[in-house]
Amino acid sequence: MALYLAQFLTGLAGAASLFLVASGLSIIFGVTRVVNFAHGAFYMVGAYVAYTLTERFEGAIGFWGGIVLSVLVVAALGGLVEILLLRRIYHAPDLFQLLATFGLTLMAEDLVVIIWGPEDLVGPRAPGLKGAVEVLGQAVPSYDLVLIALGPLVLGALWLLFHRTRFGILVRAATQDRDMVAALGVNQKWLFTAVFCLGVGLAALGGALQIPRDAVNHAMDLTVIVEAFVVVVIGGLGSVGGAFLASLLVAELNAFGILVLPGVSLVLVFVVMAVVLVLRPNGLLGRAEAPARGTGQMSSRPWRPLDAKAQFIALVAVAVAALLPLWLGPYGLAVGAEMLIFALFAMSLQFLMSTGGLASFGHAAYFGLGAYGAALAVKSLGWPMIPALGCGVMLGLAGAALFGWFCVRLAGVYFAMLTLAFAQIAWSAAFQWTAVTGGDNGLLGSWPDAWAASPRAFYWLSLAVAVGGIGALRILTFSPFGYGLRAVRDSSLRAEAIGIGRRHTQWVCFIVAGGFAALAGGLFAFLKGSVFPDALGIPTSVDGLVMVLLGGVGTVSGSVLGAVVYKALSVWLISQTDYSKLVLGAAIVGLVVLFPSGIGGFFSAWAGRRRVSTRATAAAPVEAAE
Amino acid sequence: MKRVLIAALLGGTFFGSGLAPTRADDIKIGEINSYSALPGFTEPYRKGWQLAVEEINAAGGINGKTLVVVSKDDAGKPAEAVTAANELVSSEGVAMLAGGFFSNIGLALADFAKQKKVFYFAGEPLTDAMVWAHGNHYTFRLRPSNYMQAAMLAEEAAKLPAKRWATIAPNYEYGQSAVAVFKNLLSAKRPDIEWVGEQWPTQGKIDAGPVVAAIAATQPDAILNVEFGPDLVKLVREGNTRGLFKDRAVVSFLTGEPEYLEPLKDEAPQGWIVTGYPWYGIHTPAHDAFLKAYEAKYNDHPRLGSVVGYTLIKAAAEVLRKAGSTDTDKLVGAAEGLSFPTPFGNATLRAIDHQATLGAFVGKTAVQDGKGVMVDFAYRDGAKYLPPDSEVKTFRPAE
Amino acid sequence: MNQSLLRVESLAKSYHGVPAVRGVSFTLERGEILALIGPNGAGKSTCFNMLNGQIRPNAGTILFEGQDVTASSPRSMWRRGVGRTFQITATFTSMTVRENLQTALLSHAGQLSRPFGKANRAFEVEADALLDRVGLRGQADRSCGELAYGDLKRLELAVALTNSPSLLLMDEPTAGMAPKERADLMRATAAIARERNVGILFTEHDMDIVFEHADRVMVLNRGELIAMGAPDVVRQDRQVRAIYLGEGLVHGDLAAAQVRH
Ligand SMILES: Nc1ncnc2c1ncn2[C@@H]1O[C@H](COP(=O)(O)OP(=O)(O)OP(=O)(O)O)[C@@H](O)[C@H]1O
Ligand SMILES: [Mg+2]
Repeated sequence: MALYLAQFLTGLAGAASLFLVASGLSIIFGVTRVVNFAHGAFYMVGAYVAYTLTERFEGAIGFWGGIVLSVLVVAALGGLVEILLLRRIYHAPDLFQLLATFGLTLMAEDLVVIIWGPEDLVGPRAPGLKGAVEVLGQAVPSYDLVLIALGPLVLGALWLLFHRTRFGILVRAATQDRDMVAALGVNQKWLFTAVFCLGVGLAALGGALQIPRDAVNHAMDLTVIVEAFVVVVIGGLGSVGGAFLASLLVAELNAFGILVLPGVSLVLVFVVMAVVLVLRPNGLLGRAEAPARGTGQMSSRPWRPLDAKAQFIALVAVAVAALLPLWLGPYGLAVGAEMLIFALFAMSLQFLMSTGGLASFGHAAYFGLGAYGAALAVKSLGWPMIPALGCGVMLGLAGAALFGWFCVRLAGVYFAMLTLAFAQIAWSAAFQWTAVTGGDNGLLGSWPDAWAASPRAFYWLSLAVAVGGIGALRILTFSPFGYGLRAVRDSSLRAEAIGIGRRHTQWVCFIVAGGFAALAGGLFAFLKGSVFPDALGIPTSVDGLVMVLLGGVGTVSGSVLGAVVYKALSVWLISQTDYSKLVLGAAIVGLVVLFPSGIGGFFSAWAGRRRVSTRATAAAPVEAAE
Repeated sequence: MKRVLIAALLGGTFFGSGLAPTRADDIKIGEINSYSALPGFTEPYRKGWQLAVEEINAAGGINGKTLVVVSKDDAGKPAEAVTAANELVSSEGVAMLAGGFFSNIGLALADFAKQKKVFYFAGEPLTDAMVWAHGNHYTFRLRPSNYMQAAMLAEEAAKLPAKRWATIAPNYEYGQSAVAVFKNLLSAKRPDIEWVGEQWPTQGKIDAGPVVAAIAATQPDAILNVEFGPDLVKLVREGNTRGLFKDRAVVSFLTGEPEYLEPLKDEAPQGWIVTGYPWYGIHTPAHDAFLKAYEAKYNDHPRLGSVVGYTLIKAAAEVLRKAGSTDTDKLVGAAEGLSFPTPFGNATLRAIDHQATLGAFVGKTAVQDGKGVMVDFAYRDGAKYLPPDSEVKTFRPAE
Repeated sequence: MNQSLLRVESLAKSYHGVPAVRGVSFTLERGEILALIGPNGAGKSTCFNMLNGQIRPNAGTILFEGQDVTASSPRSMWRRGVGRTFQITATFTSMTVRENLQTALLSHAGQLSRPFGKANRAFEVEADALLDRVGLRGQADRSCGELAYGDLKRLELAVALTNSPSLLLMDEPTAGMAPKERADLMRATAAIARERNVGILFTEHDMDIVFEHADRVMVLNRGELIAMGAPDVVRQDRQVRAIYLGEGLVHGDLAAAQVRH
């Protein structure tokens, strides 16, 4: 009994920490619709700054003063980021801000190491709160009690702020209807800045308060960002109360879950999220997302199959790629093959995102299933490469069919997060099912058959598969099925009214995208000769997302460009510097500012403008003659 | 702070690591590690091997040729490590690969080495699979493996009166195999003990409060810990606050390594039986020489990573010297059974499984002058903590 | 046998316990044009949404060509031959005008699952014929996202015609159009109804349009039908007048209509 009480109290303390971070994320998303990937980075920077300040100032005033000061410093930093970066890209397509904040996160991870050094930093304990209190014979840290009190306190303060102040009422109004608030003549710019500062400040507070319990380190951000997102989504986007409930749920389930299943924390939050979303598609306290008006997503230029000139350019590009083995050595060819594989992976995600309108945060699941399927066929069944690739594709298709069936019931960010949950569940299966998958030690020895073992042969194989796959997806995009998909994406109301089933169509799309991702994954297994769980991990999903966003969500296959640029950059940077994340992050931020519609989007817009202007000059004399 | 930043941006470490000037008759070693993912370990490690390279070339290089180490980051991902290996082998033309930290990266590199028939000398990866279940002709490993450290600790643990044992380990292969081997060895020595509880927090994400309470609830006499890094800090802090370690013996992997013990400062655990590296208390000529050279060059004391980096390249140089060639088969031949000096004394690369017999220090933790240190320690020669050859043969796949 | 195209009996719907439509019953014959009028919030759109299966009624039955279709999905209503337009236009904004129609035509032909072939080469002739019909031929290649509102309404009508419907549901088909455009569009619609023997149920705030084109008029107020019959009869109905007199703007329309007739 006493144990359960102690566990419950510990769970409450954990919930409070989680809530601080999650509430900030929720508020930012609610008002600005920015999926702030950098939230974890702000949490981490909050901890680092608080470490410096609390080490410098002594005593209770020094400690708590240091925490407050660090929150203010980081909130100001957040404001700066909002003004200098995010303001430029609010009107970019959905999720583009995610790309920018992802770039910031990469930069932050290296910057803290440069500034604070590589070692883990253990900050001071809170003065007077070093010990524990006896509760029914169980020791409960007194600092935990402070956290337990702080959770509801912050919730209460936020409630007062949102219900009793003009600012708060505007924030709530903006959460419900952004355009309305803008129409009321409120200065939306500064409202967004203030909200961003508030959210970032909460993240920093969450980080700073970890000082007495944690070691400050440069990987703190990743441990918290995903969990915070999960909590926000379980609670319902934009709902602070929901975030509070969800933090409680997650923290308590974890505290009690480990008593029964000691390894449960690996997947717990994702299982909870999957269950909640399947039962309540808008989270615990969330409301159905109002369909955004006039989604700025699509350019006004309708998609066209490649015209003769573009076809010629594509053909030349493929021919050049096919001739590269004449110049490139084995290393260059391996990198080339990797770029092609990721181009196919990114294209499969783009098909889902751009044509299907379904942004997935867990597309790596199918890439990974393909890789594992292929490697298992080679290792356990002794199959040759081509049938093994087929086995990978089948596994990917099966996974996509199963997960997709649940996912397409949801929309928007909820859909994205359910895909993430399933991907994490698949990841943990790969991670834990040591007998089959080898656990985190992976499956080794999935090398290509002799005929494709030379770097050249494998490169050509990758080229053939990538070009074939990308071509097939383009054909699909312009086929009747692709039009059905776009119909559902543009207006599911109209689509249903002309006999197109939304769920069925999107489900098929999900499966197709999963199949092509699995094909890429299978090739990847042969390229690397081994498969590890990180093939279906979050970073791989994020990479895919970054490639699509970088290429341009509004395009049919800009992701191919995005993949080539991103992969080339990251392989080159990792090879050249230990601060590859800093440079890559800065490059992403730069690209985001320069090409708000993606690189592919930029080029197609440029080509479109040229086409229009040549047509206009050609047409002018005719008009004049009339 | 700003100056640090600018210095780092402009400084040599930034775009410099892979760009050492090379000449055609240099001998190159391709080195791969998780520099960006694990700077806490890899910074001292890099310093260690850089010192070794300097010393080797100052002493005339390898059979008259200059030794060059071309170093690459793997970002903590096996796939990137394979890319880097590819670059090193195909573009840089290195004679051998070396390095690695995470077990899965070590395994990926070992498999790459097997496929491409390249000599690979692993430094840090601890998994037993490196040399046993997935061992291959081309792969050697320097550090005492999971099994060896478990054997050293189990030996001490068996001397304790404790009967009820609980375990805390990160939920991945390293933690799982460390616990499994330790349990086997200890149970074999002490059939009377009971395993009463286990916790498997996710690596990097330990929720220390509930874990500590859950372990305490099983009322163990002793605890085996395999946590390290930030997870260890959280566990120690939470355990101290909640009195988990009071009147309980704790046996802990790696905790005596300065990388993990130092950050804890005065909160370092006391009286834990650990493996580690008490650089401040080793007084042998070999270590004195290393310590002096390291401190003179870097104005900082070495960590265990420094020893690993230093020894790895020194041993690799011995292999190259003995082989007198960069031919892979000659290198393997030279390495098998090679005896080489280390700051800890001489060690041998066993022909039977390519594991080095480098040992580790086992001792107790204490806090002195507000710092965590190891006391009552002794060096355990790795050769004594490996299973008999007849068993080892059965572990390795037939070549 | 002579059954009605559409027979609605005691249809009811409430949102969160608040009734929006209460016990609405009526019939609609082939080739007939029936107007459903009523002030804002009367429940007109709710009726339309129930008729094409978009929302489920709480009570009542809907018989279409003699078959009970009360709980059918929009998809099956479309397959049975019901086309509809939306009060707030719902079109495929990333496509051209013609592609919108091609998509609908492909769907009608059951070819939308085909994974190859260019969709924008399919049913070009049929699409252009429909565009001619609603006067949009000149805009066929424009992106639907850049159309004027009135043109979008025309497109809605064209899309609703792609399954050669026997029943057309039109929720405020001419809202947001200039008066001349409105008359043109309604004339075209009426022609279609006569030619193809299509039953049309439409709602409209412009009384000129209603009284000029409707064969019969139903008046909905607070979810209840308060009058039904020939335009002239309804126009004289005292209850109807009372309701519309309370609505300044619409009253103006009604008065204007009366002056002209
Ligand atoms: N989804 C909904 N949830 C709750 N109430 C609704 C919903 N849709 C409509 N209502 C309410 O039902 C009533 C009828 O709405 P409906 O849209 O059918 O009216 P209408 O006659 O079409 O009005 P208008 O002329 O403005 O289009 C209104 O009071 C409206 O507020
Ligand atoms: Mg309406």
